[in-house]
Amino acid sequence: MITVSNLAFKYSSDTSIRFPDFSIKAGEHLLLLGESGRGKTTLLHLIGGLLRNYEGSVIVDGTELAALPESKLDRFRGRRIGFVFQRNHLINALSVEKNLIMSPFLAGLPVDRARIKEVLVGLGLGDKGHKKVTELSQGQAQRVAIGRALINKPSILLADEPTSALDDRNCDRVVQLLLEAADNNHAALVVATHDQRLKDKFKDQIHLA
Amino acid sequence: MGLFTLVWHYLKSKPLNTAINVVLLSLGIAVITTLLLFNSQLEEKINENVKGIDLVVGAKGSPLQLILCSIFHVDFPTGNIKLAEAEKISRNRLIKSSIPLALGDSYKSFRIVGTNRDYANLFGAELEQGDWWSNDLDVVVGSNVSQVTHIKRGDQFASAHGLTMEGSAHNEHHYKVSGVLKRTNSVLDNLILTNIESIWKMHEEGDSAGSNHIDVADSSVVRSRLVPSIAAGDSAREITSLLIQYRSPLAAIQLPRLVNAQSSLQAASPAFETARLFSILGVGAEMLMGFAYVLIIVSGLSIFIALYNSLKERRYDMAIMRSMGASRSKLFVLMLLEGGVLTLAGSVIGLLAGHAALSILSLFVQENFKAGISGIVFYSKEWIILGASLLLGLCCALIPAVQAYRTDISKVLAGN
Repeated sequence: MITVSNLAFKYSSDTSIRFPDFSIKAGEHLLLLGESGRGKTTLLHLIGGLLRNYEGSVIVDGTELAALPESKLDRFRGRRIGFVFQRNHLINALSVEKNLIMSPFLAGLPVDRARIKEVLVGLGLGDKGHKKVTELSQGQAQRVAIGRALINKPSILLADEPTSALDDRNCDRVVQLLLEAADNNHAALVVATHDQRLKDKFKDQIHLA
Repeated sequence: MGLFTLVWHYLKSKPLNTAINVVLLSLGIAVITTLLLFNSQLEEKINENVKGIDLVVGAKGSPLQLILCSIFHVDFPTGNIKLAEAEKISRNRLIKSSIPLALGDSYKSFRIVGTNRDYANLFGAELEQGDWWSNDLDVVVGSNVSQVTHIKRGDQFASAHGLTMEGSAHNEHHYKVSGVLKRTNSVLDNLILTNIESIWKMHEEGDSAGSNHIDVADSSVVRSRLVPSIAAGDSAREITSLLIQYRSPLAAIQLPRLVNAQSSLQAASPAFETARLFSILGVGAEMLMGFAYVLIIVSGLSIFIALYNSLKERRYDMAIMRSMGASRSKLFVLMLLEGGVLTLAGSVIGLLAGHAALSILSLFVQENFKAGISGIVFYSKEWIILGASLLLGLCCALIPAVQAYRTDISKVLAGN
């Protein structure tokens, strides 16, 4: 599903970073571990098509990302890849349900209300659809963000520090949710974190040093 | 869900900011609309009233006063002129037609005009009820006159001297209403028309009534071409002014000079004097207009600042949207749309408010009603106002939109 080889990225003309080669298949889980500043986020953004000017090769779902023109890459990202970020970054002006609707809308997919309901119920937020996102707790908001990443049934789920702002109980719950969601969609899951609590929950791990 | 809904939710999430932007813009647009409606209608009315009158000849004095008095019926006469002299001028071959006016009296502040049927024909007047005057002291009243004073056919009234309600009354004779005119949307609506002889009759107190009328049955007497009931060259009779229509453009050069050369007469051009009047009144209107433009510029700035600030707050929103598949151009359009919706709301509300303000004004200010100015008239220029303000909105949204377009998603998302 994801194959990374000889990948390097230049932040500026004199600072660049090299990444180890790896590849994961659909349904597999990978943990990217490393202290902050080691390029975890950069690698995740490269895989997710948020950064384009790399050297080497990133092949996602059979497509070399750098070969796609920007608008096609936007579309590809919207349909195939789901993102979960450290801070949930929900859109405050919209309700919980509308936040979820944004995902298919921006990806240019039809809005399926039943799917939204299903995802909300699956996250234990069945009654929160019409709430403002500002009224949610941090754990609830993070679950909404995961729901938003799942709506379009992506084949790849990328999570950047999804748990570092959460307490142990919520951390367990979020990891569980991510793993379940990836399994249900038969999606590849990549989690980048420095959170040592996740260490024993993933079989495949890459340490960025 | 669409971009519009998204914009709507964003605007709704900051109700005060949205409200102040819309209110500021609509205030400016409302002032401009009101001025536009008022000026356009005033100009139309004035042109309508001036139509068919190329020159006014009256007694020496202020030419503006002569025009205001003889055409718009809002000022006092400059004095009287001899009928014989007026007649001499009216025989000039450069003149196509001339209409005599005898002014001075009023009824409940509506002016009584002694003239002939040609004057009513200038405005294409038609009778709503009754007949034209056939005897002296018969009058035909304009539609506003009958509407405001409730006089109708067959009623009698005494006129007052001057234009005010308090003027000394002429109680010896009473006018009798013989007809009411249809609305013409001109100054005629506010006038009471009669023949010139009636005006003379009102003012010849003390004179022996019999001697005034020359025996017109005598065929050897040459009748006056202005007032056919008396003989030409009558040296005693006076009128207020003479409305003249040229036969050829040449008259515009020769005739005023000819008239002004005579010591007791002056000629005033309605077109010239109204233009002068507009340039005097225009200062006030221009100041208001300038004020309105300042309001609009300020509201434009305010919209710009609002969008610019919200852009800062929304950098993460934008980056997230990009991560969900939104293209750069979608975010660009989103910003433009927000500016567009704000200005569209402001300008539509402003246009409606402008019409409403003028409607209310014409309801409460009698002079507006008399002039026939209403708020329920639409001009094509309003589309220009709408278009221009939309353009303003898009311009104000352009810089924030370009910034939204340029957002580096990876940097923003990694920046926490």
